[in-house]
Amino acid sequence: MTSNTEQTTNSTNGHPLLDVKGLKKYFPIKKGFFKKTVGHVRAVDDVNFFIREGETLGLVGESGCGKTTTSRCILRAVDPTGGRVLYRAKSGATVDIAQLPASEMRRLRPEMQMIFQDPFASLNPRMNLFDIVSEPMFVNGIKSRSERADRVAELLQLVGLRPEYMQRFPHAFSGGQRQRIVIARALALKPRLVVADEPVSALDVSVQAQVLNLLLDLQEQLKLTYLFVAHDLSVVKHISTRVAVMYVGKIAEIAPTDALFNTPKHPYTAALMAAVPVADPRVRSKMIPLQGDVPSPANPPSGCYFHPRCPFAEAVCKQETPQLQEIEPNHFVACHRAKELELDGISAN
Amino acid sequence: MSTNLAPPVSDPQNLPPTGDEAAVVLPDIGRDAEAIYVAPNWKLVWWRFKKHRLALVSGIVVIFIATIALLPEFYSTLPPHESDSIRSFIPPQRLRFFAGDGTFLYVQDVKGQRNQKTLMMEWVPDEEKIIPVKLFARGFEYNLLGLIPTDIHLLGVENPDSGQKFHLLGTDRLGRDQWSRLMFGTRVSLSIGLIAVMLSIFLGILLGGISGYFGGTTDLIIQRLIELLQSLPPIPIWMALTASLPRDWSVEQTYFAITIILSLLGWTTLGREVRGRFLSLREEDFVVAAELIGCGKPRVIFRHMVPTFYSHIIAASTLAIPVMIINETFLSFLGLGMRPPAISWGVLLQEAQNLQSIALAPWLLLPGLAVIITVLALNILGDGIRDAADPYS
Amino acid sequence: MNNQQPLLSVRNLKTYFSLDEGQVKAVDGVSFDVNPGQVVGIVGESGCGKSVTIKSILRIIQKPGKIVDGQILFRHNGDSMLDLTQLNAQSEQMRQIRGAEIALIPQEPMAAFSPVHTIGNQIEEAILLHQPVSKQQARKIAIERLREVGVPSPERRIDSYSWELSGGLRQRAMIAMALSCNPKLLIADEPTTAIDVTTQAQVLNLLRDLQAQHDAAIIFITHDLGVIAQIADFVVVMYLGRVMETGPVDDIFHNPQHPYTKALLKSIPTVTSESGSRLPTIEGAIPHPFNRPAGCPFYPRCIEMMPGTCNTSTPSLQPVTDTQSASCFLYHKQTDDE
Repeated sequence: MTSNTEQTTNSTNGHPLLDVKGLKKYFPIKKGFFKKTVGHVRAVDDVNFFIREGETLGLVGESGCGKTTTSRCILRAVDPTGGRVLYRAKSGATVDIAQLPASEMRRLRPEMQMIFQDPFASLNPRMNLFDIVSEPMFVNGIKSRSERADRVAELLQLVGLRPEYMQRFPHAFSGGQRQRIVIARALALKPRLVVADEPVSALDVSVQAQVLNLLLDLQEQLKLTYLFVAHDLSVVKHISTRVAVMYVGKIAEIAPTDALFNTPKHPYTAALMAAVPVADPRVRSKMIPLQGDVPSPANPPSGCYFHPRCPFAEAVCKQETPQLQEIEPNHFVACHRAKELELDGISAN
Repeated sequence: MSTNLAPPVSDPQNLPPTGDEAAVVLPDIGRDAEAIYVAPNWKLVWWRFKKHRLALVSGIVVIFIATIALLPEFYSTLPPHESDSIRSFIPPQRLRFFAGDGTFLYVQDVKGQRNQKTLMMEWVPDEEKIIPVKLFARGFEYNLLGLIPTDIHLLGVENPDSGQKFHLLGTDRLGRDQWSRLMFGTRVSLSIGLIAVMLSIFLGILLGGISGYFGGTTDLIIQRLIELLQSLPPIPIWMALTASLPRDWSVEQTYFAITIILSLLGWTTLGREVRGRFLSLREEDFVVAAELIGCGKPRVIFRHMVPTFYSHIIAASTLAIPVMIINETFLSFLGLGMRPPAISWGVLLQEAQNLQSIALAPWLLLPGLAVIITVLALNILGDGIRDAADPYS
Repeated sequence: MNNQQPLLSVRNLKTYFSLDEGQVKAVDGVSFDVNPGQVVGIVGESGCGKSVTIKSILRIIQKPGKIVDGQILFRHNGDSMLDLTQLNAQSEQMRQIRGAEIALIPQEPMAAFSPVHTIGNQIEEAILLHQPVSKQQARKIAIERLREVGVPSPERRIDSYSWELSGGLRQRAMIAMALSCNPKLLIADEPTTAIDVTTQAQVLNLLRDLQAQHDAAIIFITHDLGVIAQIADFVVVMYLGRVMETGPVDDIFHNPQHPYTKALLKSIPTVTSESGSRLPTIEGAIPHPFNRPAGCPFYPRCIEMMPGTCNTSTPSLQPVTDTQSASCFLYHKQTDDE
C-alpha cells in the first residue's frame, strides 16, 4: 500500500503519535496464607518503541512474550509498573498515559480504542447491536437517541453490516460478523489509535481475509493508526508498515516490514521466520526449528534472554543485556552481534 | 431454521451475503430465526423455560402457594385461633357435589358419639344432615392484605348465621380448624423463607461483590469470614442462637429474629459464587471493552457485570427458599423456632409429634404434605430456571 | 510392504449426531485412502468434520453421535481388511487396535495426560496393555521412546508429571506415548495448534523424522494450510462434513481444482505476499452444521455457483485429473444422488 509511506512522511513532523519509553509491567507472584509476594513475572520489561501517525506497527511474538500486556498498558486497561507512554493528543499536547489520573484518562479514551481477539467474549450478550455500538457515544455525551441511531447505521454500513441488524443481539452473528461489530464499536468515537489484539486469530481461515481487508480499508478511509498485535507472522507482514518482535517481555527488533523480513538482524527474528510453515510444499526444507523452549518471564536467563537458544551466543550475551540500538536507519535491534551477523530472511520466493 | 439461506448471488448492496446467518445455531425454542435474533436474553430464557413442562407446572403451583401466603384469610374458612374443645379431632370432611335436594356444593355433617369403652369422642358422618357450601361466601371479618375490610372467603357455609361449621382438613386437639391454620401457617413459613433468602442474597451480593470487585485486603477479610462461618456446624448454632432468644418476646419479635438468624448463616455460599463471578467477569473482554469506551465504575458494574448473573441469582434463590423453609420447620418442630400461638408449618407439625395424634388423628400430619409439595415445586422451578438461564449453552 | 493396497480405506463414512435441535450430519459421505508410510493431511475449517472423522476411525465417537453408514477398512494382521465400523467400540479387538495399531496424538497434551500420574507411568501403562513385557522392560521402552522424540535426559524426565514439562516437551512425551507400541497408523489431531511457532517447527520436524524411521502412516489434521504443505504427502480438503478435493500435496497447492480450495489458497496471507495488498476473500461465513445448505455445502459462498444445479443436488467425489478428485459440478455435470 503506497499511501502508508506517504502518510508517514507527511503527517509526523518528526513527532510520533505514540512513544513508549521503558515500559514495565511486573505481576507479583503471591504465595501462602498471607499472600506474600515472593517474586515477579516480568511480563513487560523495559519496552521501547514508537508509532507514527497513520502507520501500522505490528507487534509479534510467541505466547507469553508480553505483547498483549504491552497493548493493554498503552490503553491503560492495566496500570504499568514503570516507564512512559507518551501520546500526542488531538489537542496537540503530549501526555504521559502511564501517569494520567483516571478522570483525565477517561477524557482521552475516545481517541484510542481496542479490537479484541475473541469476538464471542468481547460483546455483551445482553445488549443489542444498537446498544453495543452506541454505548461509547452515550457515555461520552451524545444522549440523543436519534443522533446515535443515525451514527450506528452509518458505522454498521462502514464495517459491512446491514443497518437493519441494529435490533439484533450478538447471538445472531457469526464470528466474522461479530468482529465487524467490535470494529464498529471501536470506531464509534472516531479514534486515532486502534489497538488490535490478535483480531483475526480466532476466526476461520476463510473469514480472516475479509477482516484484514476491512481493517486496511478503514485505515485508508479514516487515517487510523494501528498497533496490530499477533503471533502469526504472515498476518503481521500483510498488514504492517513496521514490525516489532518481542521476546520474553523485551523488544528484540523493530524495522520497516520489508527490511525486517528480508534482512532480519536479530537471531530470534530469523529463527521465528525460519519456523513459519510456508503454505507451499515446494519450500519445505526451510523450516529450521529453534532448540529449547521459551524461558519463563518469572525467571528469565541472565544477559540476553535469548542466549540459551541462540546459535550465535558468545560470552558477552550471557552477562550483558543488549540495548535496543539503531544499526541502520529505522532498524532497531537488541543484539550484541547484530552488526556482524548475516541472517536469512524470507526472500520473495 | 432453514429459512435463512438466501442465495447470495444477487445481493443488491455490496454487503456480505445473508448466508452468514446460517453460521449461527439457533436454540430450539419454537420461534423463527428473526424473532430469536432480536430477542433479548430474558425472552430467550422465558422461551426455553416454557419448553420445560414440569418446571412450568411447578411455577404455577408456586404462584398458587404464594397467593395463599398473601391472602390466607381469604382461603381459610374459620378463624385459625377459634377453638372449640368439644369439637376436637374431627376427621377431614370431604367436599361433595350435587346433593339429593339440588344443592351444588356441600359437606356431610358429623355427629359425635362417645365410645363406651375408651370414653373417647368418635365422629361419624351424619347421613341426614348436610351443610350447604358455596364459593365466595361470607364468614369472619378480616382486612384483605391488611387494608381492605371484608368478610368474603373462597369457601364458606351458605348460611353464616346458622352456626354450621365444616373442617376440610379436620380439627386438632383444641378443635381448631386445621385447614385455616394451614393457610395461616403458609404465610409465616413462606415469608420467613423468602425474607431470609432475600436478606442472604442481599448480603451475599453485597459482600461477594465487594470482595470480588475490589480484591486485596477487603477480599482477604471477607473470604476468611466466609470460611469461619462455613466451618461452624449450622444446626447447633441455630439451636444455640434461637434458644438464647428471650422467652417473653412476642410472636413478631421471635419471627423477626429467626429470619435474621437464618439469613446471617445462609449468605456465604452465594457470596462465594458472586465473588467468583465478579473475579472472572472483571477479566472478560466485554467488561474491559466497556472500561475502554469510558464507562464509569457504576455503569460497568450495573450495566455490564450484574446482568450477566441475574438469572443465576434467581435460580439460586429459588433453590435456597426451600432450604430456608425446611430450616424454619425444623427449628419450630424442635420447639426452638416459632412457638404457639404463632402458626407456622413447623408449629403445626409439632402438634402432630406424638403417637396419640398419629394413631387417632393422622390428618394432623397433612402440613407435612404441604411442606413436601412446596419444597418440590420450588426445587423443580429452580432447576428449570437454571437450565433456561443459559439459552446458548 | 505392499504399497498398492491401502493401510486404511475410509468408504462413504457417515457420522451423524442426533440432538434435540435436529440431526447434525457432522461427517456425510467421506472417502479417502491412507497408504502405508504416507502422511495424509486432512485440512478444513471449523465444522468441516475432520475431528469427527478421526474419532470415527478410532471408534471414540461419544453419544449422541453414531456412525450410520460407510466402511472403515483397516489392514489388520497382514493382508485381511477389517471393517472397523462392524466392531463393537468397546470390544477387546477394537481396544487392541486402538493404541497398539492406530495411535492418537491429541491437540492438548495437557488435557491428555493425567496430572496425578507421572508421564512414565502413563507410557508404561500403554505399553503393558498392548505388549507382553515386564514392568522393567516397559520402563526401558518408555525411556527409549522419550529419547527418540528428543526429550533431554529421559531417565530423569520419565518420573516427572505432565505439568512440570513445557508445552513442547509435553507434546513430545505425548508423541512418545503414541509411538510406544509401534503403531502402523498415527493420527495427529491438530498437534501443533496449542503450541508456539518455534516449538511447532520442532514437533513437525520430529514427526517427519519419526515417520521416515518407523515407516508408519500418519493422518494429520489441521486448519493451517502452511502446516499441511510442510508435512503432508496427500491432502484431503473438507468442508461441512464432505470431502471437497483430494490429491497429492503439490497438486493441491499448485493446481487446485475445487473452487473452495482455490479460493481458500488465495485468501490466506503468506509471508511472501505483498504487504498492504487486499486479499481475495471468500464471502460470507461457514454455515453452522445445523443449517447446512441443501446441495453442495459450499454453494452459498462459491463464485462459480451454477443456479439450479449446485443448490439442488450434491456433487460426489470424482476424479478430475490423473491424481486429483473433486466433488464439484464444474467437472461432472451429471447429478449424483446418493
